[in-house]
Amino acid sequence: MEALTVKKDKSVKTKKPSQKLSGSAALLEIFLAEKVETIFGYPGGAIMPIYDALYDYQDRLKHILVRHEQGAIHAAQGYARTSGKTGIVFATSGPGATNLVTGLADAMIDSTPVLCITGQVYAHLLGTDAFQETDVINITTPITKWNYQITDATEIPAVLAKAFYIASSGRPGPVLIDITKNAQLQIVDFENYQPCEHIRSYRPKPIVRKKYVEEAAKLINEAKKPFVIFGQGVILGRAEKEFARFLEKSGIPAAWTIMGMSAIPTDHPMAVGMLGMHGNYGPNVLTNECDVLIAVGMRFDDRVTGRLDKYAKQAKVIHLDIDPAEIDKNVKTTVPVWGDCKETLPLLTSLVQQKKHTEWLQKFRDLQKQENEICIYPELHPDTEILSMGEVIDALNELTAGNAIIVTDVGQHQMVACRYSKFNQSKSNITSGGLGTMGFALPAAIGAKFGAPQRTVIAIIGDGGFQMTLQELGTIMQGKLDVKIIILNNEFLGMVRQWQQLFNDKRYSFVNIESPDFVQLANAYHIPGKMVSKREELKNTLKEMLAHKGSYLLNIMVGKENNVFPMVPQGCSVSEIRLK
Amino acid sequence: MSKQEYTITVYTENQIGLLNRIAIIFSRRKINIESMNTSPSEIEGIHRFTIVINETEDVVKKLCRQIEKQVEVLKAYFNQNDEIVWQELALYKVSTDQIVEKVKVERLLRKYGARAVVIRKDYTVFETTGHREETDGLLEALEPYGVIEFVRSARVAIINASSGFHEKLKEFEHIEPGEDLVENEFLNKQNEVFTM
Repeated sequence: MEALTVKKDKSVKTKKPSQKLSGSAALLEIFLAEKVETIFGYPGGAIMPIYDALYDYQDRLKHILVRHEQGAIHAAQGYARTSGKTGIVFATSGPGATNLVTGLADAMIDSTPVLCITGQVYAHLLGTDAFQETDVINITTPITKWNYQITDATEIPAVLAKAFYIASSGRPGPVLIDITKNAQLQIVDFENYQPCEHIRSYRPKPIVRKKYVEEAAKLINEAKKPFVIFGQGVILGRAEKEFARFLEKSGIPAAWTIMGMSAIPTDHPMAVGMLGMHGNYGPNVLTNECDVLIAVGMRFDDRVTGRLDKYAKQAKVIHLDIDPAEIDKNVKTTVPVWGDCKETLPLLTSLVQQKKHTEWLQKFRDLQKQENEICIYPELHPDTEILSMGEVIDALNELTAGNAIIVTDVGQHQMVACRYSKFNQSKSNITSGGLGTMGFALPAAIGAKFGAPQRTVIAIIGDGGFQMTLQELGTIMQGKLDVKIIILNNEFLGMVRQWQQLFNDKRYSFVNIESPDFVQLANAYHIPGKMVSKREELKNTLKEMLAHKGSYLLNIMVGKENNVFPMVPQGCSVSEIRLK
Repeated sequence: MSKQEYTITVYTENQIGLLNRIAIIFSRRKINIESMNTSPSEIEGIHRFTIVINETEDVVKKLCRQIEKQVEVLKAYFNQNDEIVWQELALYKVSTDQIVEKVKVERLLRKYGARAVVIRKDYTVFETTGHREETDGLLEALEPYGVIEFVRSARVAIINASSGFHEKLKEFEHIEPGEDLVENEFLNKQNEVFTM
């Protein structure tokens, strides 16, 4: 391991005398130095020395015992997304480590800073098919920003410093450190811990080039119909204020991706709604009409762009991104503005003219009106006896006033929640965007609560997704946590059913899913709950849930065969979005 | 854009697992690696990968960006064949009896720039270096006499316009590297050696 290049600052204060510590204790000392507060984990054979050391750190490091390692990593993701800090996970070797795979892939594609520590068999047993040995490094290589196996405890400080630095800097992502049992036990001299601030082969942020910012400003100033689309980059870059300032000065309408949602308040004067397959009508249609498209911290996912060869072909594209690999990846850029948007946005703001694109903005509002009539009003005021998903979210908005953290799973309820939820604050919409991981919401909501303990956390989950990670009710029970759970229950795997209805002639193939009595199930975990199926009960029950101290579960029965519209059918252009 | 041969040169830290990290960037996109060589570079401690693929420029450019994104990769360059000097090495094992009886060995060696590495009673091993056509040429010439074993190395290549990596590395050591090595000239400045 000759090339580990953690830069040592030589002008450091006087060194503490070194202590003799086990690798495990050194690891936990480093956690304290990095200001870690919460660890989500599950013990096992190969990580026992770390858990043994943790016994003595219980007063300084909170450990949340989950019910499955997938729950641990989703919780760490939820924590990272609401706190902005790196989420920490402990898992043992073999099955413990492989259970992290889904969460790692999810964190990778959604750029979430997560640090996983996995136990590994003794170094001398590597490659012998030892009990609970698995090649976790190679399994996780494509789904980690960085990973490393420690076989000698002397490596721990430098590797961990690198791990924290890599996970949280630049475009964040998951890092996995696999530590063999002998290294956990080995006694080492532990000196002053030095956080890492530079790795020569890694540049977290590209240098901002003024030339591009100037070119971008020129295009924007000349534009008649400029349109801003933004993603999670604004939130990850902590540039919400800078971004709002840019919109307010330039007067450009702005639409969010599902991951960018809540970076600006949903009722911001420049906000025109959500992009993508189930996004709003205006931003999708007008993507193919704008003359300058300004993409900020987003990556042109196929669910956002629809058919690429018919995507914004008329527009000049300005792309602000911290990751050079995103430039030109899917959409050809006219002006690439590399860099951290926290730096590039103020530069751009200073160069753009103060403007109001009143007529152009009105176009969005007009299309919004059409969408209101055809989609939104019927969804929020259905003439059916059974509730719709939309009216549940609408009622919730009224009660939370847009101040709650909404954690969603994947499927119809996710699209409806993201379409109709109101947000006042950043880091409020937590969902599995890129990977589309069913089972994400319940554990992520647990982590979200630890990341933002003062805020109300509401998990909105489908009846299918809930059954994928419902074991985490046990984590809620044991930790006496306060997570509100709303199951929007349509007794179907709704999104797949919708597609089967629209594209497979209603051949409902294995989407009819039966569920247990969710309220009784919650009760078994000492979590109170109620079933709601009548409109007149809805608001009061929601109130009751929000007023309850501690977790609460609502099983809300909604229309079985309701569809989410608008919709950009797969293979269609964004402007071919269907309202019904 | 049509596919053609590109040579990708990657400067990296010397780290276990990096080979895999780089290789899966290709396999994930179902792109075949024609040849791959890893070796030390002109700088101690810095490794150099030489990878040959057949692809369009657009794809190669994106691949290089994905490679550079890896934490332990310093820089990735891609070049067409006229921008590099390259060689491959090939070894041929043939029966000594056959060769002595039937071929004018001396002429063969001269024609293909080959040399005999080992001459034993039972077999002889020839070696030649050159481009694919040259190493293939000798293989063809020897085939009628029975080639017992044949092996060819990956391509190794030197970039014509490169002045080495020493200066760049110095820049990387700084927290704020200079503008000239910072990723990718865009905006119509495509003609320099490196392309990202």
